[in-house]
Amino acid sequence: MARIDDTFSALRANRKKAFVAYIMAGDPDYNESKELLMGLPEAGVDIIELGLPFTDPMADGPTIQLAGQRALNSGQNLEKTLQMVQDFRSKNNVTPIIIMGYYNPIYSYGVDKFLSKAKLVGVDGLIIVDLPPEEDSELCIPAKNIGLNFIRLATPTTDENRLPAVLKNTSGFVYYVSITGITGVANASSANVSPEISRIKKETDLPVVVGFGIKTPEAALEMAKVADGVVVGSAIVEKIAQGESNKSVLAFVKSLAEGVHDA
Amino acid sequence: MTGDLLNSFTVGPDESGRFGDFGGRFVSETLMPLILELEKEYENAKIDSNFWKEMDDLWANYVGRPSPLYFCERLTNHFSGAKIYMKRDELNHTGAHKINNVLGQILLARRMNKKRIIAETGAGQHGVATATVCAKFGLKCVVYMGAHDVERQAPNVFRMKLLGAEVIPVTSGRGTLKDAMNDALRDWVTNVEDTFYCIGTVAGPHPYPEMVRDFQSIIGKETKTQMLEQEGRAPDTLVAAIGGGSNAMGLFYPFLDDLKVSIIGVEAGGKGVNSKMEHCASLTGGRPGVLHGNRTYLLQDDDGQILEGFSISAGLDYPGIGPEHAWLHESGRVNYVSITDKEALTSFQLCCELEGIIPALEPSHALAHVGKIAPKLPSDHIICMNMCGRGDKDIFTVAKALNFDMDFS
Ligand SMILES: Cc1ncc(COP(=O)(O)O)c(C=O)c1O
Repeated sequence: MARIDDTFSALRANRKKAFVAYIMAGDPDYNESKELLMGLPEAGVDIIELGLPFTDPMADGPTIQLAGQRALNSGQNLEKTLQMVQDFRSKNNVTPIIIMGYYNPIYSYGVDKFLSKAKLVGVDGLIIVDLPPEEDSELCIPAKNIGLNFIRLATPTTDENRLPAVLKNTSGFVYYVSITGITGVANASSANVSPEISRIKKETDLPVVVGFGIKTPEAALEMAKVADGVVVGSAIVEKIAQGESNKSVLAFVKSLAEGVHDA
Repeated sequence: MTGDLLNSFTVGPDESGRFGDFGGRFVSETLMPLILELEKEYENAKIDSNFWKEMDDLWANYVGRPSPLYFCERLTNHFSGAKIYMKRDELNHTGAHKINNVLGQILLARRMNKKRIIAETGAGQHGVATATVCAKFGLKCVVYMGAHDVERQAPNVFRMKLLGAEVIPVTSGRGTLKDAMNDALRDWVTNVEDTFYCIGTVAGPHPYPEMVRDFQSIIGKETKTQMLEQEGRAPDTLVAAIGGGSNAMGLFYPFLDDLKVSIIGVEAGGKGVNSKMEHCASLTGGRPGVLHGNRTYLLQDDDGQILEGFSISAGLDYPGIGPEHAWLHESGRVNYVSITDKEALTSFQLCCELEGIIPALEPSHALAHVGKIAPKLPSDHIICMNMCGRGDKDIFTVAKALNFDMDFS
């Protein structure tokens, strides 16, 4: 079972780029969030990043910080986030789900217990922002051993010397962070990102997906021309913050997906 | 590492920045190259005699080191037990121990050609020290401070502004030191080219805990020499207050391998160390977790969400503690206790009345513990506590707590 690899193979066969959407699990509450999650594949989302809320998200801007707080205030936790994946999997067995967040809730839950449960409920991959290659023995290697993809971030500060270490235990895809900075603040430029992607592609056969700072269908389309996929997070979460209905959030998601799939 | 540590408590951290299981480098990939560069630069500076010559000169002529070691005669008589000494780091320029470390980091920033300095601050003492040294060297200074702390440490906010720093109030969370550190880290990942992050305590990713400890160790080194001059021997007991733990590490470190010296760290007990978590006693009331780049003891809930903590003292109001303390706690070398807001306030007043020293609320916690143990100890037992800051910044907070009307108009 390798939903992420299968997804990229299928997209490649159709000469299409991947659209990856981020939402925070439990934002604004469990039921609303679950309904949105369920609707993402039909809106054109190829891969789902499901945010695991944390009180101190060091790499996130205000939009995702607040989403995490809304989720925590509504009673979301790690257990319920895994439950949400299980609920999703009872209806959908193809769309990959990646848990994205910070290490402490997982460490607190217990790494082994978390990994076996995540595997069991149908999680495909992990993006844990505060675990660089230097800390691979904490979660990356155990995740790999149990058959979960550990997707690493490569950033503008990842130079030639570091890139091999960053790529070494990465699987599924490489997530290129388009800007130095936090989520949802600056705008990414495809002209700046394009040479960086070529640089990474020289070192790996994995797909390279770009995220951070992509907010509109137009920007998503431009970025999809130079990458294997595009992630949008804060722009979607912002709609939820404004109290928009799931129907209207999904309409926005659909417009983003169409942008990416037109590239 | 464990093998070496059987012989010494001073060899940590190992090459991956660990003190036993604690410490490490839990940061995003964007920051990783920056902390590796900093580590390299610090390793070079450490063995560069010119670097230390410059430090020594600034410590002597700008900060006013060595700070005195002072025998507290009236406090000793008051408790009628052990002999009480204070290491007077509150007499440093800017009024606390924080500047010892800031000078070291700013000299490093200069070596690395970084022109913009960022810092987090709780009580404002680290912010003031950073703003001061930046003014001296003509560097741009941006200080992140929790909005709640901006309010309760107003004199320090004005000081920083006078010194030319930009103070950014942080409203996320409860608006205290933890939140200020989050936003400083967010600034750093955004401004990677020109910015140096000057951390104010022995926490954060490797090499910060080691580097800050080394810069603060001047406190313990001087204490060792001065005690030998005044008493002809080492102290029997050391006591220091702990926020992140830098003044404590500074005093303790040179004594760690002298096993005759009993060492006590004092955490902030807030309203009392109970299940309501209205305190900041990470070691007494927390468990291991990962935050701000290192693994250490943290106040957290069952889901691994970080709790806010509570203390009257802004400088101790932090839900974590430096990783080396976590390790010293588990190895049993240092004993960690807690003191409540109320006990600290009583000692604050006692120190003013008996010694003519207005202490900061942070070392008032240390003094309160001294007051608990001194009466039970013999008169030839020597206690040395770290008077790590003066209380000017706290007079409004204390006045409020004592229901004293500050409006003299
Ligand atoms: C006077 C004083 N003491 C102690 C502290 C706590 O920090 P640390 O535990 O790193 O010494 C502060 C922090 O602001 C302080 O200003």
